[in-house]
This record gives sequence, structure tokens and C-alpha cells, in this order.
Amino acid sequence: MTTHPPTQTVDDATGLLALDQVVKHFDISGGLLDQLRFQNGRIIRQRTTVKAVNNVSFTIAPGETFSVVGESGCGKSTLARTTIGIYPPNRGQIHYRGERIDNKNSQEMLPFRRKMQMIFQDPYASLNPRKTVLQTLEEPVVFHNPAITRGQVRERVHEVMSQVGVDPKWAGRYPHEFSGGQRQRISIARALMVDPEFIVADEPVSALDVSIQAQILNLLMDAQAQRGLTYMFITHDLSVVEHISTRVAVMYLGTLCELSPAKTLFERPRHPYTQALLSAIPKLGKRKSVHIKLKGEVPTPIDLPTGCVFHGRCVHANQRCVKEIPETRTVENDVMVACHAVEEGRL
Amino acid sequence: MSHLLEVKDLEVKFGLRFGDLTAINGVSFALDRGERMGLVGESGAGKSVTGFAIINLISKPGFISGGKVMFNGQDLATLSDEAMREIRGNQISMIFQDPMMTLNPVLTIGTQMLETLLAHRNISRDEAAAIALEKLRKVQIPSPEKRLAQYPHQFSGGMRQRIVIAIALLTDPEIIIADEPTTALDVTIQAEIMDLLQQLCESEQTGLILITHDLGVVSQVTEKIAVMYAGKIVEAGPTDKVIQKPRHPYTQGLIKALPGSLQPGAKLNQIPGMMPTLTDIPPGCAFNPRCYMCDTICREQEPPFVHIDGDTCQVACHMVKPDSSNGTK
Repeated sequence: MTTHPPTQTVDDATGLLALDQVVKHFDISGGLLDQLRFQNGRIIRQRTTVKAVNNVSFTIAPGETFSVVGESGCGKSTLARTTIGIYPPNRGQIHYRGERIDNKNSQEMLPFRRKMQMIFQDPYASLNPRKTVLQTLEEPVVFHNPAITRGQVRERVHEVMSQVGVDPKWAGRYPHEFSGGQRQRISIARALMVDPEFIVADEPVSALDVSIQAQILNLLMDAQAQRGLTYMFITHDLSVVEHISTRVAVMYLGTLCELSPAKTLFERPRHPYTQALLSAIPKLGKRKSVHIKLKGEVPTPIDLPTGCVFHGRCVHANQRCVKEIPETRTVENDVMVACHAVEEGRL
Repeated sequence: MSHLLEVKDLEVKFGLRFGDLTAINGVSFALDRGERMGLVGESGAGKSVTGFAIINLISKPGFISGGKVMFNGQDLATLSDEAMREIRGNQISMIFQDPMMTLNPVLTIGTQMLETLLAHRNISRDEAAAIALEKLRKVQIPSPEKRLAQYPHQFSGGMRQRIVIAIALLTDPEIIIADEPTTALDVTIQAEIMDLLQQLCESEQTGLILITHDLGVVSQVTEKIAVMYAGKIVEAGPTDKVIQKPRHPYTQGLIKALPGSLQPGAKLNQIPGMMPTLTDIPPGCAFNPRCYMCDTICREQEPPFVHIDGDTCQVACHMVKPDSSNGTK
């Protein structure tokens, strides 16, 4: 039985990982010629940026499962990759155990990379098809501990493989010889090889069938209980989130709308977007649930709406929402919401 | 009383170098006018192949090797290509998972809609355009007149799936087969599309076969359900009954494996192992190596698909006794 650590009140001093006003934009304007536009009889140069993550701040406490949810294109995967250092942020700071890591070069990052590992969504794409399982699992250990002997590496591979439920006898096989669930176990094993403290899992069960999904979630929860791991869990599957998370951050269009302990969020969602999102989950045995219908469609992250990014689809929006970007405020114990309506008590 | 669609002992094989693989092995079910049915199971269970077999669209090396698909008194499995084309896309429409793959990216929505109508109806282009507009309104596409002249890439994922539904509705079909229609969509859009499908099927009295792996969606939209495993239906019955009191150990496992029914953080109930590949389906009951109450008979004999609970639910399991009192728990 996995026990979850109780929800902690987190401040910057106790946090394992802290993001402060992190911004990640992607320039997709292409070469110089692609940037030129003809407008009002003149040629102008125009840059196009995808504003994937905008001023996101949060702190992850040691031992917790911090989930980020949102619909496709909301920037949750970009946030995960920025957090772990795959993408450098455009602005803002990332601290790991109090030390700033976003401005470190790759040499200085090495000790942190050992502590932070990532599991990707598609186990078909994230394992090198031309390497055996043994080679895949050996690489990170040898890379981070050049002094280690072959025997020790083998032993470690053996140990981790049995732990994730893949028979160590199969170490000489290639990824294509395994099923999707087995491959995801191998991806998890690869992340566990270097004994990390913090694992970012980007949709680790989305590509799997229900019965296999349960196996992998159990494995992740067991690994957490045994090793005291901290997870940042990216997913769009809200029932999975409700089951495994300590705290949940809801993202919409690159912005954090709400950050609450999982139980509170599912019992009493505050942000209008969270309310709509939760009402849309199909529940077993509940016929024709009434879900909150949103107006319009998700705007593009290239032209962000003014004010609150959600105002165009929100039934509670007023003039202030159109003009002013809502700040993330703590409304009650550990519940943080970025919404003018909540702040003004209209909602 | 005869059913709108009756699938009887359907068998689909794929001819490969080393012999025939049986993808669908004796699937039977019936659908009445306006009835909504869910076909659920995990990947590789044969749900999609069943859907394709109904409209006789199994491509080589696959073929329908046995059984009947009775629709309005005709056996679709033996119909000529010519005759089948009259029914496919006309009386029986299909909606696929990925709307971007279904729609032709180089033709406008209008062209694609008129094409479908003119292929099946002897009407003028103007009349066809009027029908297309009416159907776009039905699926709640804003300003349909303008939208008809646009290309698929100008629509969002949810809008594209609405258009696919509008195309499926063009010829007022009697049955719509929807193969994972919302799997590629976000939850908020999924909820809207499912509402829409359900409303349309109710108002037009269209039969719906909803193929999906998502038990939540099935339990909201359908009236009856068939659970497939390794090419066979292992349990079927009214949706509420099957979801609330699953009898087959596989159905039980599927429902229990869903997070949400448990205390957060608790260990999820997992089904050990995985679905067998078609090349090595175990003898006896195909589920036996993963089953928690497997017995000798399960390894030796294929379980019959029998009625329990009076007449409504059917289960293929040796361990479920016809008398509901000492059935499985």
C-alpha cells in the first residue's frame, strides 16, 4: 500500500524545486524572408512567437506528487521540459534545493541531471531501437559514475529491472521485442538507474490500455514509497490525477489558473476553467451528467488574449477580466487561484 | 421482431504466410432502430475490425470467413461491392478517430459534403448544398454558409469532428458506427461531441455503435454494451447492469483498474499480464492466464456465451453460474 505524504505547506526554503515567474516562448518566424510581410504599401518585418508558458511560479515539496493538468496545447509539456532544463527559460528562475539551475552550463548541470530524470509519453519513441535494454540502462549509470566497474553496473541493471517487473534475463533484447507496457517499465527503469530524487513524468500512461495503465501507476507509486521520490506528473487524464496527486496545478493557455491540494481541487474547484474541465470528465455509471459548456474555442498561444487568458470563454468575465491580467492569489489554505471573479467574491 | 442490424457468428481472418489469423472469432449482437450500443475493449481486442466488417470494409489480407451481417433483410457479408457501396456511407455511416485523416485536406468542406450526397442521391447541386447547410447547423457549426468554402485545416479538432459527424448524417443513415470518435480530443470537447452524437441519434432515431476503450464514455452514452477480449465478446448486456455488476472477470478487472473508484493513493487493481497476440491465443478461455479464478476447465474448454440474469446479460465464462445467487463476486 502506498502512503502519500500529507500535504505540506510549502515555502521557498523547504521546497525541492521552485519556479519563479518562468516564461518560455518559441520563435517560429523562420528565416528572414519568412518574416517579411507586405502591409500598407510597405515591407515590414514581423516575428511570430508561440507564448507557450507565461509567468508560471510554483514550488514542489520533497516527496509530493505534483500534477500539472490541462488540455492539449496549454503548455504543460513545455513547462515540464523547461523545469528539467531541456529548454532554457526566456525569463524567470528555477531553483533546485535553493540553488539556481536555469543559468548553469551543461558541465555545472551534471550533478543536477543525476537528481532529476524524465519519463516520456511514448515508450515506442523514447527508447533507442538499436540498443538492447542492457545498453539503454547502462548508459546513464556509466555516464554519471565513470569509475564504476562493469560488474557493479550489471548488478545495478539486474536490481532495477527486477524492481520494475521486467525479467533481467531479457536484458539482451531490443525494445521492439517488448509490449507497450513493458517498454514503459524499461523507461521507468532508465530513469531510476541513477537514483534520482525528482522525476518528471510527461503523460507516462496515456499511450497504454487501462489494465496496463493500472500496472504502471502502481509501479510509479511503489517506487515513490520505496525511494521517497518526488514526482512532477504531466497528464490530461483527470481521474489519474485525482488518484495519485498530492497537489494539482491547472494550466490554460500557458498560464496557471489554479493550484490546490488534489482533494480540495476535486471537491471544490474555484477557477471557472477548472470547474468546466472537471465537469467534462465522463464518470462511470453516471448518465448524461450536466457539464459546463464553454463558449468558443481555445485561442492560439501566438496571439494571447488581453487580460485574463480565459476571459473569452468564461461566463463570469467582465470588463476588468478583459483588461487586467489576474494575479495568482492564495484564497484559503494552500489554494491558489488566478481569477478576478474569485478575488472579488463574484464566484 | 427482427432487428435493424443482426451480426451472427461473425468471423474475420487475416491470411498470412504462415496461415490464417483469426481476428474476430464468432461475434454476435443485434442493434435496433435508435439504439445506442458500446463496443469496448483494449487495443487488439477486435473492436475496430468488427466495425469495419459490418460495412464489409476489411482490406486484404483480411476477409470475412464466416457468419452473417443481416441489415434490412440482406446479408452484408456476401453483398457485391457494387451493392455494398449503395449501403456504405448511405444507410450505414462511419466516423473515425482522427478527423484530420478522414477529411481530404485539399478539398473544401462543401466539396466533400456535396460529393457524398451526389454519390448517393439523385439531386441537384443546389438541393445538395441546402442539405449540407442544414446538417452543419445540426452539428452547431457557426456561420455554416461561410464555413462550406473553407478547408479542413481552418477548423479546430473539435470542429473537424463535428464536420465529420455532419458528413455521416448527410444521407440520414439508419446506423452510425463511431470508432473512437473522441479519443483524439480534449475532455471538454469530448463532452460536447458526445452530447451532440447522443442528441442526434435520439432525435433522428439513428442506431449507434460506439467503439471505444473508454468505459466512462460508454456508460454515459449507450444503452447496451459488449465487452470484447481477444476477438470475442466476453460479456454483453444493458450498460448500467454490466457496469454496476460486471460478471466476467475481465470486465470486472477493467472497471476495477480505473482510478476513481478507489481512495486516492490506494494501490490500483491491476489485471496481471497482457492481452495475447492473435498468433498465440491460449486454448480454452482466452483470458485464462490472466484470470484470478481460472480452473482446469478454463484451460481446456472454450466457455459458451450464455444468458444470465433472466434474459438480459450474456457472459462467456465457466466460473459464472447461470443462477445469479452463486455467481462470481
